[in-house]
Amino acid sequence: MFKLVTIALRNVFRYKRRTLLTISLIGIGVAFVLVFVSVTASFKSLMISEITDSMLGHVQIHRKGYVASLDSLPLNLNLGPQAIKTVEETLAGFPEILAFSPRIKFGGVFSNFIESTNIRVNAVDPDKETATVPLLSSRIIEGSRTIAPGTILVPELLARGMKVKIGDVAVVVATNEDGSVNGFQFTVGGILRSVTGPGGRDGYIHIEDGRRILRLEEPSVSEVAVRLKKIGSRDEVVARLEKTLGEHKNAQGRPVFEIHGWTKLTPFFNIVQMIDVMTFFIQLMLIAVVLISIMNVMLMAVYERTREIGTMAAIGTQPGRIISLFLLEGLGLGLLGAAAGAALGSLAVVLLNVSQVRFNFGQQKGLILSSKMNPVDILTISLIVVAVTLLASLRPARRASALDPIKALRQV
Amino acid sequence: MDLVVAESISKDYVNGKVRIRALNDVSFRVGGGTFVSFVGPSGSGKTTLLNLIGCLDRPTSGRLRVAGTDVAGLDRRKGARFRGRHLGFIFQDFNLIPVLTVAENVEYPLVMVRGVEGGKRRAKVARLVEAVGMADERDKFPDQLSGGQKQRVAIARALVTEPDLVLADEPTANLDSHTAGLIIRLMKSMRDTLGTTFVFSTHDMRIVDAVDVVHTLRDGTLVKAADPGPGREGESRV
Ligand SMILES: Nc1ncnc2c1ncn2[C@@H]1O[C@H](COP(=O)(O)OP(=O)(O)O)[C@@H](O)[C@H]1O
Ligand SMILES: [Mg+2]
Repeated sequence: MFKLVTIALRNVFRYKRRTLLTISLIGIGVAFVLVFVSVTASFKSLMISEITDSMLGHVQIHRKGYVASLDSLPLNLNLGPQAIKTVEETLAGFPEILAFSPRIKFGGVFSNFIESTNIRVNAVDPDKETATVPLLSSRIIEGSRTIAPGTILVPELLARGMKVKIGDVAVVVATNEDGSVNGFQFTVGGILRSVTGPGGRDGYIHIEDGRRILRLEEPSVSEVAVRLKKIGSRDEVVARLEKTLGEHKNAQGRPVFEIHGWTKLTPFFNIVQMIDVMTFFIQLMLIAVVLISIMNVMLMAVYERTREIGTMAAIGTQPGRIISLFLLEGLGLGLLGAAAGAALGSLAVVLLNVSQVRFNFGQQKGLILSSKMNPVDILTISLIVVAVTLLASLRPARRASALDPIKALRQV
Repeated sequence: MDLVVAESISKDYVNGKVRIRALNDVSFRVGGGTFVSFVGPSGSGKTTLLNLIGCLDRPTSGRLRVAGTDVAGLDRRKGARFRGRHLGFIFQDFNLIPVLTVAENVEYPLVMVRGVEGGKRRAKVARLVEAVGMADERDKFPDQLSGGQKQRVAIARALVTEPDLVLADEPTANLDSHTAGLIIRLMKSMRDTLGTTFVFSTHDMRIVDAVDVVHTLRDGTLVKAADPGPGREGESRV
């Protein structure tokens, strides 16, 4: 076996130029895939954290049917005091949960006394909200970092359109659940950078102000946003929450709550999935490149070394040994190519990080892409390459082992 | 005991609709330890015959026993095992493995064919490389050797497994006559020291002096029996 490896390796280095060419081809392919995977992975996680850490949270809990009519922010689908208590008690029993924030959401009219416009408002507890969506405070481009009672955080576009500044007084008028309207004066406490996606252009007020403006006699919230310790535990936590909270039925025997992971709440999840599909196709291309180049170079080797193979067979080398020899040669090429690719790819990623590539995502400008080479990716891609090399070498190897020694020896 | 027993073997090559009879009703025996040559002009069937004895091809008809085995019935795998166990091959074009050194080429059949264990292997290799006078070149690669040196290595490779029979198809055809003489003498001295049977083919009549038995082939038929060499028994039946 050891000798077989020696012979295989020496044969790999026997045709230096061809081997170098094949290794470079595979190496460049592997490097390309690795860079693509690591860049898209960091882009993905950046995008996901922009969305989930700015407004969505990782998981949201609503009254059943709320998400379906989310556009109208229906007050009649809020969670009542009993439901809130149930949710809070349930969430307390989940060690995976880092924080949660109850929100009252409603649509209203924002007026600067000269003109008015529609606004969507989140009434939140500032501490709980920032614990649940930590990027919220970093979105405040001007003014106070927190949401004091009596103040409102106004989204950037609305502030510009309505020409309001920090310290200005504005009125928010909201329709209450019974159909009456109620107005309330706020001081503009801060201007919020907009974020692409649902909820990215909402205003924020203190939850107590929300109760007053909506004239809620008893506590009621539209949703509870939840932050997990690990975003990856989303599906599992959602499933367990569905099980626990699903036991609570209303008078009609229907479940009271609905629970959604962030992937169900934003169309950007489709982009994330598209990136995965692209990665898949790029890997397919790599497989094709490896398959064709290895198969080609191995068939060439078998053709050129026909006499040699004939000699080996004539002096009694078993066909299985000859197959192994050529598989090992292919494997050697694949391993060298994968190693070259891993090195090249890692270098490219380091260079990319050093050069601080910036890109824009929706309203956010100049995000810095900092990608990391994931060892698991390197391992996966290398394994794919090795498996494909073996596959590609199989035909040439079998052809070599099936050569008739007489014919092979006659060939010049 | 006779190492090779051929009883009216014939070999036809079929190329499309054309049928070429390369060997026609050939019978002979090769006794153990003899130094036998098949002689004849090009196209007379020497290679065909050696391929049959070497278990690389099968006769179209007739019976052929080599080292006590009816070689007509061997499949690919068994044929390879049989060759590895009982036969050694020397080729006209030397056919050393280019990526292996002299010593490694000699070692090859021990490792890859016979699976002989390391220490024993090295001793055998050293002995054979020495015996063919290639000890100083043991770490050279084939492309650093002359034709005669390559054929010496090939002889060592053929003998290292201690085969019953060494087959050599025109082993001197690619060598100058002086070197050819040296190679034949080397083969013969190996036969003398090891007792290995040698069967080779040649169209070079000068070499024939050295052999115990000469079989002459013409157009696929054995034409005459030569005198057995002094002290060696051999026979051929037409
Ligand atoms: N594979 C083959 N197909 C058809 N004819 C062959 C083949 N091999 C040899 N022959 C023919 O068989 C005859 C004997 O050839 P060969 O055994 O090679 O003779 P030698 O080795 O004495 O030159 C020749 O006529 C040759 O053309
Ligand atoms: Mg011939």
